[in-house]
Amino acid sequence: MKYVDEYRDRAQAEGCARAIAAITTRPWSIMEVCGGQTHSIVRYGIDELLPEKLTLLHGPGCPVCVTPLELIDKALRIAARPEVIFCSFGDMLRVPGSGGDLFSVKAQGGDVRIVYSPLDALKLARENPQRQVVFFAVGFETTAPANAMAVFQAHAQKIANFSVLVSHVLVPPAIEALLSAPDNRTQAFLAAGHVCTVMGFEEYLPLAKKYRVPIVVTGFEPLDILQGILMCVRQLEEGRAEVENQYTRSVKREGNRPAQELMAKVFRVVARKWRGVGEIPRSGFGLRDEFAAHDAEARFGLVDYHVDEDSECISGQVLRGVRKPRECPAFGGRCTPERPLGATMVSSEGACAAYYQYRRHEQTSITAGKRS
Amino acid sequence: MCLAVPGKILSATGSDTMRTGVVSFGGAKKEASLAFVPEAIVGDYVLVHAGFAISVVDAAEAAQTLEYFRQIGELGELEEPGGKP
Repeated sequence: MKYVDEYRDRAQAEGCARAIAAITTRPWSIMEVCGGQTHSIVRYGIDELLPEKLTLLHGPGCPVCVTPLELIDKALRIAARPEVIFCSFGDMLRVPGSGGDLFSVKAQGGDVRIVYSPLDALKLARENPQRQVVFFAVGFETTAPANAMAVFQAHAQKIANFSVLVSHVLVPPAIEALLSAPDNRTQAFLAAGHVCTVMGFEEYLPLAKKYRVPIVVTGFEPLDILQGILMCVRQLEEGRAEVENQYTRSVKREGNRPAQELMAKVFRVVARKWRGVGEIPRSGFGLRDEFAAHDAEARFGLVDYHVDEDSECISGQVLRGVRKPRECPAFGGRCTPERPLGATMVSSEGACAAYYQYRRHEQTSITAGKRS
Repeated sequence: MCLAVPGKILSATGSDTMRTGVVSFGGAKKEASLAFVPEAIVGDYVLVHAGFAISVVDAAEAAQTLEYFRQIGELGELEEPGGKP
């Protein structure tokens, strides 16, 4: 497929890895923010091509993983109602709430449907005026324009039986939370290419300056990621801390203005809880008052519903790059993708699930070594 | 979740927030909203996420990135593995 296959060339990847090795003189830790990049790195063994001195830390950029338990529980309650058609992207269905997951609600007779786009959910609402259609609006900035458009059209077309359960999160506040934590190990970031396709990268400029970290906007194919790493290492070795753009075929400095304008019409910035991390101020989106009629939490009386998180799951530390999946005693034993203890084991973009899928048969003795 | 797939616009219809198109992903055709890429025309490649085109792929930039990799690959072939250029 054009613009995909040519960025997966093995020989060129090895050439790029050699270029990285040639300029690396000191140990560096680089975090890829996005779960899609984590998946590519583990799937293609990109970290194994790198010199010993470089460590890749896996970041918090998996919206499925960071959706708080509380929101999952709200989804389960709404989905169980007989009048509701509950629509979601597929990867949310197995995320464990306090009592089961959306699959188990479906098995017990709930009308839970997987959709490809929020507009599919809106179409269902139009076709089923006697039912309540609820869309689980999770995601980072990449997904926010799509979800904003569904709400905008529902409002404009007066589709009153459509509502959204919003759990939108934003990348820059999470990066800042990581950088200001006392146990931060990250010295440079690969910023998420599709988040920046929508948002541009101007909001990263003050972060790079304030925390003296290189930030390189990076794509998702193996060659993109290797070039992003090369650009990070070059900055680190030269003592620079700038925002650079590897993913120039998609990302413009200002991002996608029409998308940003629609998001700003529908959403406002709010504090959000991140699963395993806690509340981060100004780190997500909620609906603006004009669109409050489409807020599922209000519609189903769940605004004041709160739950505390607990469990032996260390996903919070995994999401912050402080620990690797195999450092968890439950990994691959008490916690598997079929019976996950935490969300990082659920989504294919979660670091734990990626390690389970591609690396679980490797010897645990390397846990303490480079590849853990 | 932030997966976006490049595809070629085969046709476009409607305007503003209701602008849509048929996009081919390596032969598989699917409808996508073109509301966020008003500049996109038939024949352009767009990155599609959750049913929405979020950018027009810049062919010149894509070619430049590939040329960079080709040069790096050639440099690598001239050295011993692990050697310095």
